[in-house]
Amino acid sequence: MLRFLGTRLARALLTLVLVVTFAFVVLRLSGDPALLIMSADAPPEAIAAFRRAWGLDDPLWVQYLRYFGAILHGDLGQSMRDGRGAIELVAERVPATLALTLPALLIKIGLGIPAGVYAALHRNSWIDRGVMFLAVAGFTVPSFVLGLLLVLLFAVQLGWLPSGGQESWRHAVLPVITLGMGGAAVLARFTRSAMLEVLGQPYMRTALAKGVPWHVAVRRHALPNAAIPTVTIVGFMVGSLLAGAVVVESVFSWPGVGRLLVVAVSNRDLAVVQCILLLVAATMVTANLVVDLLYGVLDPRLRISAGRT
Amino acid sequence: MAGAALVEIRDLAVAFDRTPALRGVSLSIGKGESLGLVGESGCGKSVTWLAALGLLPGKARVTGSVRLAGQEILHAPPATLDRVRGGRVAMIFQDPASSLNPVHRIGRQVTEALQLHRGLSGAAAREEARRLLDQVGMPDARRRLDAYPHELSGGQNQRVMIAIALAGQPELLVADEPTTALDVTIQAQILTLLAEIRRDTGMALVLISHDLGVIAETCERVCVMYAGRIVEETRTERLFAAPSHPYAQGLMAALPPIHGPRRPLAAIPGSVPEPWAMPPGCAFAPRCPRHVAACDAAPPPLVAVTPGHCAACIRPGAVSARAPLSPELLPA
Amino acid sequence: MTPLLEARELVRRYSMRRGMLGRPVEVRAVNGVTLRLEAGRTLGLVGESGCGKSTTGRMVLGLEAPDEGDVQFEGAPMPPPGSLPWRRQRARMQMVYQDPLGALDRRLPIGVQVAEPLQIHGLPADATRVHALLRQVGLRPDQAERYPHELSGGQRQRAVLARALATDPVLLVCDEPISALDVSIQAQVMNLLVELQQQRGIALLFISHDLRAVRQMSHRVAVMYLGRIVEEGEPDAVLHDPAHPYAQALVSAIPDPTRRGNRIVLQGDPPNPAARPSGCAFHPRCPLAVSLCARQAPALKPRPGDGRLVACHVAQGEAAPMRKAA
Repeated sequence: MLRFLGTRLARALLTLVLVVTFAFVVLRLSGDPALLIMSADAPPEAIAAFRRAWGLDDPLWVQYLRYFGAILHGDLGQSMRDGRGAIELVAERVPATLALTLPALLIKIGLGIPAGVYAALHRNSWIDRGVMFLAVAGFTVPSFVLGLLLVLLFAVQLGWLPSGGQESWRHAVLPVITLGMGGAAVLARFTRSAMLEVLGQPYMRTALAKGVPWHVAVRRHALPNAAIPTVTIVGFMVGSLLAGAVVVESVFSWPGVGRLLVVAVSNRDLAVVQCILLLVAATMVTANLVVDLLYGVLDPRLRISAGRT
Repeated sequence: MAGAALVEIRDLAVAFDRTPALRGVSLSIGKGESLGLVGESGCGKSVTWLAALGLLPGKARVTGSVRLAGQEILHAPPATLDRVRGGRVAMIFQDPASSLNPVHRIGRQVTEALQLHRGLSGAAAREEARRLLDQVGMPDARRRLDAYPHELSGGQNQRVMIAIALAGQPELLVADEPTTALDVTIQAQILTLLAEIRRDTGMALVLISHDLGVIAETCERVCVMYAGRIVEETRTERLFAAPSHPYAQGLMAALPPIHGPRRPLAAIPGSVPEPWAMPPGCAFAPRCPRHVAACDAAPPPLVAVTPGHCAACIRPGAVSARAPLSPELLPA
Repeated sequence: MTPLLEARELVRRYSMRRGMLGRPVEVRAVNGVTLRLEAGRTLGLVGESGCGKSTTGRMVLGLEAPDEGDVQFEGAPMPPPGSLPWRRQRARMQMVYQDPLGALDRRLPIGVQVAEPLQIHGLPADATRVHALLRQVGLRPDQAERYPHELSGGQRQRAVLARALATDPVLLVCDEPISALDVSIQAQVMNLLVELQQQRGIALLFISHDLRAVRQMSHRVAVMYLGRIVEEGEPDAVLHDPAHPYAQALVSAIPDPTRRGNRIVLQGDPPNPAARPSGCAFHPRCPLAVSLCARQAPALKPRPGDGRLVACHVAQGEAAPMRKAA
C-alpha cells in the first residue's frame, strides 16, 4: 500500500513540475512582460529598471531555476502589476469561484446521476429518449452560448435575474445553472451507459434468479458496480472546481479565479498565472489521487488480495 | 405423471424482435425428478427456463403457460415471481465467475438469499451460510465467507452459486450448463456434488447441457431440443439404446467413441437454420438423411413412438445406416 | 528416420503480477517438455487449462521462443525469428486456433483472406487457386465473397483451414480447433482434418482438452499437467489403461453413460502455475502420493514391463502406493 501511495505521489509531483515548467516556457516565449506592463512608450531606463527589478535580464534558465527554487520555498512571487503576493491575490478570488462551482457540482451530481440511472432503467422509453436528447444538447452547446442564451432569456427578456456581477445570490443563479447543466449532461450520458453495461451482466440475472426484487437488485447489485466508472467523471469534475469556470466567469463578469487568470495571461503577469496553474494542477492531481483510492474502496478486484489460494 | 407434476410447461414460445427463439415447448417435471435438456447452441434449451422464470429481458415476447404445482407463474405479478425464484425454483448458470457480483463478499451473496426466503439475518444467517458452503464442499468455508468472487477459482465459484441456490431450499434446481466453463476434472466434482445434493434433499433437477454424456450420467429423463422445439423425449437409457429422431441419432453418432474401432465420424451435414429463415416444415429436414417431401409440409408434432418415448418425426424409428450407434453408448 | 518435428526440454517462463500491486512472480508455463512428431502423423496433446499445452504449441511453431531447450524442424534447428529462412519455414507450418471468428479479419471477405498467405509467400494467388482451396475444405467457391460474420461457426473454421492450407504446409498446430463448435459441427471438422491429413500427408499437433476428440484424431497421445508431459503412448493404451494417476482421473472424468459410480473425483482445484508444488506437481491432488512424491519430481521414462512413457514414482514401481481415505 505504501509503495502504491509512493508511486502515485511521485507521479503527482512530476505532473506539477511539468505544469510549472510548461507555464513558464509558454509565457516567456510569447511576449516580453516589461513591454506589456510598462506602456510601450515608457522611457528605456524605466523598462531596464523594471527588467532588473524582476530579474528579466538573466538568462532564461537562471530565471527558471530561481523561480523554481522560490516555489520550493513556498514563494510564488509577486504580481508584476500591483506588487502584491501572487498567492494572496489568487486566494482572495478562490471563494468567489467556489461559490459558483460547488453549487454547480451539486447540480451535476444531483441531476446527472439520477437522470442517467433513470434513463438506463427505462431504456428506449420516451423518458430515456428525452433525457438523452437533453444530454446531447447539454454537452454539445458550448457554455458561453448557453450562458448568453440564459442571459438573453432571464436577464434581458424577462428581467428576472441580473446578467452579471457579484452583488447578491441572485447574481450567482445564471452562472451556476450554466455550469451545472453542461456537467449534468455529461454525467447523465456516462451514468446511463455504465448502468446499461451493468444491467446486462450475468450477476444481475443471478440476483433476480435468487428472488431479489427488481428495485432492490438495482440498488444493491447494479448501482455499486456502475459507480466504479462514474467515479472517474465525478473525480474529474471535482478536480476542475477551480479551473472549470474560466469561460462562465468571463461571460457573467464574476470576479473569480478564472477571470483573474484571463486578465493575468493577457498582461503576462507571470507570477499570478503560474500560481493559478499550480493551484489548478494541484487540485486536479489530488482529485485523481482520491479517485484512484476510491477505486480500491469500490472495487475489491483492485485491492491487494490478502488470502488468495 | 401429469397429476404429480411439479412444473408443467405448455406451448411455451418466445420471440425476440419478432424472431422466434422458442417455438412451442411443452414439458413437465415430477417432484424429485431429474430431467436433461440437450441440444446445440441456440436450440432454446436455456431460453425455455429463463422464460419460465421471467428472467428474459423486456423485449422478449413470451406466450404459453408455466404452472408450478398447479399455479400459473408465467406473467405472474413480480411479488409472486420473487418468492418462486430462489425459493421454490433456483437456477445456476454457465459462467460462475461473472454470475457472482464482483463487489460483494461471498457470505453476503449467500445470506441475501437466506434473508429473502428464510428470514434469517445477522449471525444466524452467517452460520447458515457457512453450513451451506460446507455442504457444497467448499474448503475452509468460514474464511471464504469473507472472500470476493475473484479470489476463488471457477469451480469454487460454481460451488458458491450452488450454495446460493440451496439457500431457499428449492423444490427444483435448474442448472444451465453448470460445468461448461470448467475443466474436466472440476466438471466431475460439480456433477458429483449435484447428484449428492439431489440424493440428500430430494429436490428435482433440470440439467441443461450441450453434452450428451453429462446428461446421460446425471438425468433420468431427457429432452432433445432442436431449433426451438423438443424433437425427442424419453428415459435416458432408452434414448441411448434406441434414439428415434434422426437428429438425436445424428448427435450420438457424431460423438467420437472412446472404445471400439476408430472410423470417420457420422457428422450431421450442414448447420442449424437461422431463426429468421426456418424451413416451413420440420426444421431438421434440410440436414436429415430420412428426408421426404412430406417433411416440408408442417412441423411434425411430438408423438409417442412407444409408451413414454416421444419423437417429433413423421418417419421415426430405426437407427439409420448413416448414423451408426457408438457401441459404448449402449448399456452394458 | 528423422522426425518432422522434435522438441527437447522446452521451458517457458513468464513473469506475472498478482493483482495491481503485487510483486512479479515467475511462472513456468512449460517446464521441460520433450516431444517428437513424424511426418503425416498426429500427436494429441491433452490437459486442462493452464497446463501449458497452448504455449508448447506456440513454441513448436516458433511463435514464441523457448527460454530453454530447442526445437528441430526437419532435422534442422529453428532459424532466428524474423529472418528470411524463418519466414520461409513459417509457410511450411501453420496454426489453427479455437476461435475462428477471432482468427479471421471481420472486414475482409474470406476469399481475400485465403489469398493473403499466397501473396505473402510469393505464390500464385489467382481465383482458381483460392476456389480450389475452398473446395478442399468443403466450402463453395461462391462463398469466397462472404464475410466471416455471414458464415456459420463450422464454415468459419473451414475458412481458417483453407487459409492455413494455402502455403501447402507439412505441419498444422491445431489449438482447441473444435471446442468453440457445436457437437454436430465438431464431427465435420474432425473428419475434414483426417481427410486432409490422408490426402496431403500433413502432420498434426492436435491440442485439446477433449479426450474423445484426441482419441479420434491422434496416433500418439501426450497428457500434460502443470507444464510437463506426465504420460505418453498409443491413444488406446493411454485412454483405456492410463498409468499416471492424473491421466486416470482425466479418463474417468469423461462423461460416459455406461459408467455407474466408479469415477475418480480429484480433490482440489486445477493447480496454479505460479505456486508449483514441490516434487511431483500433481502430488497434492494425487490419491496415491507417497512422501517421495513431495520431494522428488519423477522423470518421464518407459515403465518397466510394457515400456509406457509415464512420469510417476508409483507407476514406475519406485514407491508403493498409499491409498488415502477419499
